[in-house]
Amino acid sequence: MMHFEFDIEGGDFTRAGFASSQLKRALKQLVGNHKVTKRMVVALYEAEVNVVAHAYKGKVIADIDTERIIILITDEGPGIADIALAMQSGYSTASEQVREMGFGAGMGLMNMKNNTDELEIKSEVGKGTDVKLVCYLK
Amino acid sequence: MQRKDFHHALKIQKEECIGCTHCMTICPTEAIRVSEGKAQLFENRCIDCGECLRICPVNAIIIEQDDFNQIFEYKRRVALVPSVLIGQFPADVKATDVYSVLMDMGFTDVYEVEHGVDILAEKARAYIDEHDQQKPLISAFCPAVVRLIQVKFPALVDNIILLHPPLDVAAKYYKKKLLNKGVPKEDIGIFYVTPCAAKIAAVKSPVGEEESPINGVINMDFIFNRVYTNIRRGYVSTPGHNLKHQLSPEGVLWSLTTGEADNMQGRSLAIDGIHNVIEFLEKVENEEVKDVDFIELRACDESCAGGVLTTTNRFLTVERLKKRAAIYREKDNHENNDDLAEYRSFLDAKNIGIKEITPRSMMKLDEDMAEAMKKMQRVKEILQLLPEVDCGACGTPNCTSLAEDIVQQRASINHCIFIQRILEQRGELSKEDTYDIMKSIWGQEKFNKNC
Repeated sequence: MMHFEFDIEGGDFTRAGFASSQLKRALKQLVGNHKVTKRMVVALYEAEVNVVAHAYKGKVIADIDTERIIILITDEGPGIADIALAMQSGYSTASEQVREMGFGAGMGLMNMKNNTDELEIKSEVGKGTDVKLVCYLK
Repeated sequence: MQRKDFHHALKIQKEECIGCTHCMTICPTEAIRVSEGKAQLFENRCIDCGECLRICPVNAIIIEQDDFNQIFEYKRRVALVPSVLIGQFPADVKATDVYSVLMDMGFTDVYEVEHGVDILAEKARAYIDEHDQQKPLISAFCPAVVRLIQVKFPALVDNIILLHPPLDVAAKYYKKKLLNKGVPKEDIGIFYVTPCAAKIAAVKSPVGEEESPINGVINMDFIFNRVYTNIRRGYVSTPGHNLKHQLSPEGVLWSLTTGEADNMQGRSLAIDGIHNVIEFLEKVENEEVKDVDFIELRACDESCAGGVLTTTNRFLTVERLKKRAAIYREKDNHENNDDLAEYRSFLDAKNIGIKEITPRSMMKLDEDMAEAMKKMQRVKEILQLLPEVDCGACGTPNCTSLAEDIVQQRASINHCIFIQRILEQRGELSKEDTYDIMKSIWGQEKFNKNC
């Protein structure tokens, strides 16, 4: 089993995507199925940008074995009040500033769902959000 | 089945190579190592972009060239010329004079590659409309980019537009035209005047095609020197060659940056320079780039004007071709182009599609994932021992590549000069040992200095 951890800084769009690129490099070296790799990285990138856009700080923990890839993205931030609503495509609470940078179109959670086999979101308003992404390799 | 015989037009001349680190460091796919004082190529990783050739301080890397006289093995000898060839010449040189010299050199026909790109653009636009699921769609124009995607971005192979670049289409079309005129197949030889190495590789080992319609390749610098020498010496166009210059303004500009993107509808981007292309493909792979319909990617800075086999400065070539295009736009001279209708029906007859492009990722540490994980763990451990100076003194581009080479049993940890010092200090490696190791990487000669 391979284990990776990365920190995410809230509000730092310049470095947003760092965890995704690091993990992408590792997955390309490990996983034969490049389509799974791509889906996983797309979902992680979305999650990473969400943390940067909304939270104060966050962490990415990835565990890879021959059966599946599990990625946990935890953040300290405002949390999501209504997860079902947030899952709807087009729904966004992103600020004008964030949207101007080309983020916050409200497709993030949908995109994560579409690119993974399992998506679990737990959130507490005022505390933070935990997102679990799973992709199976077989 | 994956073919093992990747043809590379780039050749390292061992006797010229001084065993420095320039090519090794710049190679975008980390395909070069230094061993026994000479650069060595990993054939499977090389994408023929030519960056190594550009940077080599002693011109040790060359582009192999078919013998010019091979054209005389055929009765109909067709020179297929791209518009950047004309861009090599000052504005007062007439395209038809350039072609006339080619005829004097022994060709029986001269045909312009970008002939009919207007029709090709139409097909590409329709393709983009029909493939909404695979956006952004990537042009298959630049063979180095196609190979880059195959080895480094395998998940993006499906985004490549399966339409042949103008070169293949023009070659197939002209061959068909001659066949229709009753010229026997074995009499027809089609020769492409190439501005780069990647196009040679594409001809010799085509992607998604059994065999190329092109019989041979002539390097552009060779042709330029022959033609320009003639013209400078007061060349007078030979009468009776009956040459026409028929490119549309779009055709003239097609191989330059934005040449394709300007002709696509929707949101189109054009990116040139191999390192820029890689940076952008990383973003495309993460789906960071949204709502883009088409991307034109070219390995060389200023696209084909910056090909490694061009002679003229690329910015001047671009300026000249833009001027020519503007003049043609005014004259509208391709209107009287007689064979475009034929060209269209030829393209409609499914002569334009590439069969398939398969990924061939060169990044995997092992075919077996459990084994790959073990190797990755080892790489991680080794990296902690290495200085992360990326000095290249071990003969690999950086510390990470040394760690990977060690795990793949292509190198040893004591190739690292820092490790050597540590082991020497501990008495685990003798001075003679390290001396021998360094000689094995950099060759005897570098250690024969009297200092």
